[in-house]
Amino acid sequence: MQSAPPPAYPRGSTHAEVDVPTLGRVELPVGLFIDNTWRPASTGSTFSTVNPATGESLLSIAHASSEDVDAAVKSARLAFKTTWGNNVHAAERGAALNRLADLMERDKDRLAAVESLNSGKGIRMARDSDVADSIGCLRYYAGLADKFHGQTIPHYGTEKFVYTVHQPIGVCGQIIPWNYPLLMWAWKVAPALAAGCCVIMKPSELTPLTALMLCDLAKEAGIPSGVMSTLPGLGSTTGDAIARHMDIDKIAFTGSVVTGRKISVAAAESNLKKVTLELGGKSPIMVFDSAHVEKAADWTAMGIWFNSGQDCCAGSRVYVQDGVYEEFAAALKKRAEATGIGMPSDDKTSFGPLISEVQRDKVMTYIEGGKEQGARVVTGGKRWAKSDGGFWVEPTILADVHDEMTCVKEEIFGPVIALSRFTSESEALERANSTTYGLAAAVFTRDTQQAMRMSAALDAGTVWVNQYALIHPGAPFGGFKQSGVGRELGTYGLEAYTQVKAVHHNLSQTVEWPL
Amino acid sequence: MAPTYTHKFDHAAFKGEVEIPLGLFINGEHVESKDGKTIDTINPTTGEVICSIVEGTAADVEIAVDAAREAFENTWGYNTPGFERGKLLMKIATLMERDADILASIESLDNGKAFTAAKYFDVTESAATFRYYGGWADKIHGKTIEQSTGKFAYTKHEPVGVCGQIIPWNFPLLMFSWKIAPALAAGCTVVIKPSELTPLTAAYMTKIFQEAGVPKGVVNVVCGYGPTVGNAITSSKKVDKVAFTGSTPVGRKVMEEASKSNIKKVTLELGGKGANIIFEDADISEAVKYAAQGIFFNHGQTCCAGSRIFVQRKIYDEFAQKFAKVTQQLKVGDPFETATYQGPQVSQTQYDRIMNYVECGKQEGATVITGGKRHGKTGYFIEPTIFGDVTSNMKIVQEEIFGPVVVMTAFDTEEEVIKEANSTNYGLASAVFTQNLSRAHTVAGKLKSGTVWINCYNELHPQIPFGGFKESGIGRELGEYALENYTEVKAVHVNLSAKCGFPVDV
Repeated sequence: MQSAPPPAYPRGSTHAEVDVPTLGRVELPVGLFIDNTWRPASTGSTFSTVNPATGESLLSIAHASSEDVDAAVKSARLAFKTTWGNNVHAAERGAALNRLADLMERDKDRLAAVESLNSGKGIRMARDSDVADSIGCLRYYAGLADKFHGQTIPHYGTEKFVYTVHQPIGVCGQIIPWNYPLLMWAWKVAPALAAGCCVIMKPSELTPLTALMLCDLAKEAGIPSGVMSTLPGLGSTTGDAIARHMDIDKIAFTGSVVTGRKISVAAAESNLKKVTLELGGKSPIMVFDSAHVEKAADWTAMGIWFNSGQDCCAGSRVYVQDGVYEEFAAALKKRAEATGIGMPSDDKTSFGPLISEVQRDKVMTYIEGGKEQGARVVTGGKRWAKSDGGFWVEPTILADVHDEMTCVKEEIFGPVIALSRFTSESEALERANSTTYGLAAAVFTRDTQQAMRMSAALDAGTVWVNQYALIHPGAPFGGFKQSGVGRELGTYGLEAYTQVKAVHHNLSQTVEWPL
Repeated sequence: MAPTYTHKFDHAAFKGEVEIPLGLFINGEHVESKDGKTIDTINPTTGEVICSIVEGTAADVEIAVDAAREAFENTWGYNTPGFERGKLLMKIATLMERDADILASIESLDNGKAFTAAKYFDVTESAATFRYYGGWADKIHGKTIEQSTGKFAYTKHEPVGVCGQIIPWNFPLLMFSWKIAPALAAGCTVVIKPSELTPLTAAYMTKIFQEAGVPKGVVNVVCGYGPTVGNAITSSKKVDKVAFTGSTPVGRKVMEEASKSNIKKVTLELGGKGANIIFEDADISEAVKYAAQGIFFNHGQTCCAGSRIFVQRKIYDEFAQKFAKVTQQLKVGDPFETATYQGPQVSQTQYDRIMNYVECGKQEGATVITGGKRHGKTGYFIEPTIFGDVTSNMKIVQEEIFGPVVVMTAFDTEEEVIKEANSTNYGLASAVFTQNLSRAHTVAGKLKSGTVWINCYNELHPQIPFGGFKESGIGRELGEYALENYTEVKAVHVNLSAKCGFPVDV
């Protein structure tokens, strides 16, 4: 049963032109992507997306309504029943994802340039990190699609044939944040499609552009109509419609704890759809006396100033043992001041503006609040002098802090690290773990027994030993405690998109009635 | 600089010139052998020589093994992360898909199988195998097992090392892929001996490996004879593992040499005498078609061929009549003609062997229901042959014929047929045809066979393991299971806090 072909919409209602550094004037999609075609929002409503380097508006994007969500879900459900899910051999789903990875590779400069423009990332970072890692994630799941085996369970021998199958959950809503628009897209779409699910994707209203570009690539890769719909919009409207939809089987969300809670409630109030959440963090770094201080400072800088600190797993609290405190503090300050801060379009830039005025003001409020509570600004603590209309905040170290300060307890989501000293291992561990978060943690030490003790005892979904920030598609990622529910990446990442069915096929058992 | 051979193809599906390197492929280059001898490779359709490839010797194997060892220690293995190995394997798959018509044409020319079979089965599945293992390369996980405060224990699945691989002539490219793809995915390096009867697709693949950027020494291809090159591989003390596909007698020799030398790990894919069981409630039309495909696919030159058909008595006559009718429709002829289903057998030797069994069958009193003779006047063509009225002690029922010859008999009960099916030293594949799937599951559970097909035959996919019970082999190829052949499990125990309870005073 085919759905009626959608009416053609004038290109001007779904596409618009914008100047992109290194590319020139470029036409980008700004509409909704449903049934592998572009359309404006049913209400004609739009919202604006801003250039964080200048504060200026870039483009007007279609704002998906709940009617649009309904249409996308219908389309996804049909695809799931007919052209995707178990109607397609898993190896073919994998091959489609691999073709998509090839196309992203082909268009990597274009994707990097738009990602940089929309999110403020340095263009080199966008290309060598975001785009490259996104492609890697797609290739990982392309290879996994036909390898997620169930079990045959020999418990009843010849009387009964018992086995499990891992079936795709169905239609999945996915809501992603603005800090890694492309990468978060890949982390969500790749396992979902590999597992055989269909996706309703809502990119962040702050950074929808690369998600929209990827729709055309997905179609080019041969991903059937309805398998992937993209509905830009706001969380309170589009996002809520997705979270509450009675025919969406599962929702995956990455963002703040506050919103994650709302989504979880909405899921429970509607149809008890399955929920996975990747939320915030206030990840602790422990630097012990035996640590290689210079290297620890390098990794710590990476941990807090990569992506301008806009990272759920940023190492935003560092506890340094007495013996190396002064040396480490000096080393970290040096790195703060050497950070590659600059314009996104500059190839040298590795530290761009924060995503928005609201975020910039929030970060500044935390810094001011910290000062009021007695913290000392070691370096940074203010807007970048050359910000103009853009939203930069300098790499900042707050010292003389104590664990009850707001800037130490709450997630700042900016380039601000709280520096503390400690004496004993047990003290450090306790302070590291006394947080409602549990996303990541790190230990710097040359005492490897200590490293193993610490990694076992830290309440975090990812623990780095003598490193920070580097993750790989093969290693799972997710939070303990309020940092989230479920895991992304690795083979574990497929669990979120499958449900286990146990089949008991009776061969020779009988029952006597009455019992 | 080793010679090359250029063949001009001119058939319906492909017209073009293809250059095939004739040298040994060692350390990334095509080279001459140590003593300059060559082997003529014959076109089984015409009996004529196609070209002469370089014949490897034991000395060449030694050089190849050294190159493989060097690559394993320094460029491959853990030196190339899993996702890079995976990308390379995917690239190889893409190039094979690009050159599908070329590879299929070479395979048909060299082996005699129909071009349509070569393209839509052999080449397609071979590329799919590389693609499949490309996806495994970065997912070869060990386990973390103990994580108490006293101890942390984990396993790693490490690449075995330098692997010797010896493959047969019945599915040259497919066997090449089944061996190389999982080995490379796991991080091993390879010295592979294609069959001297069918070396050409392997030779062409060396060009694809070069184009894909496979590092030097990771795959080495040494063509030559079993007693020389094969033996050098199996008895080398510098080879960590050998994988062999071929006949059971030779498989025995491989295992002996492996244990006499350095107890290298051994996996074997040997012969079979597949039992194809048709119950009275089977969909007879489907069963008849699958039964024909089950034995006549690849001219019966398939280790898993359904070469013994058991039909439940109630439908025996109907089945036999339809089976003969279907068999007579199979077109035997030139592999490059689109209508051809069955080409020539691979060689004079094979032809003679099969015809010998046919004569044997006649002499032992079996009835020829159809076929039973040569097809045409020239070449190694044999008519698809069905024998009825057979008894279980006949040679044609007991021994693997490896040709388009099937024996068919009636049975009464499920119990009886399972016993008959299992009364063979082989245990590679079998099939069950019935609409009662509960019975199918039960019978599948009782057949001593590495693969049981239910309501189908000869289905091979890279995702699903394949291998033999009993004398049909050791180990499994394909699927996740194949990775076990190319990895060694290392268990690491980290003592975190225990003190040694040794009753001494230090």
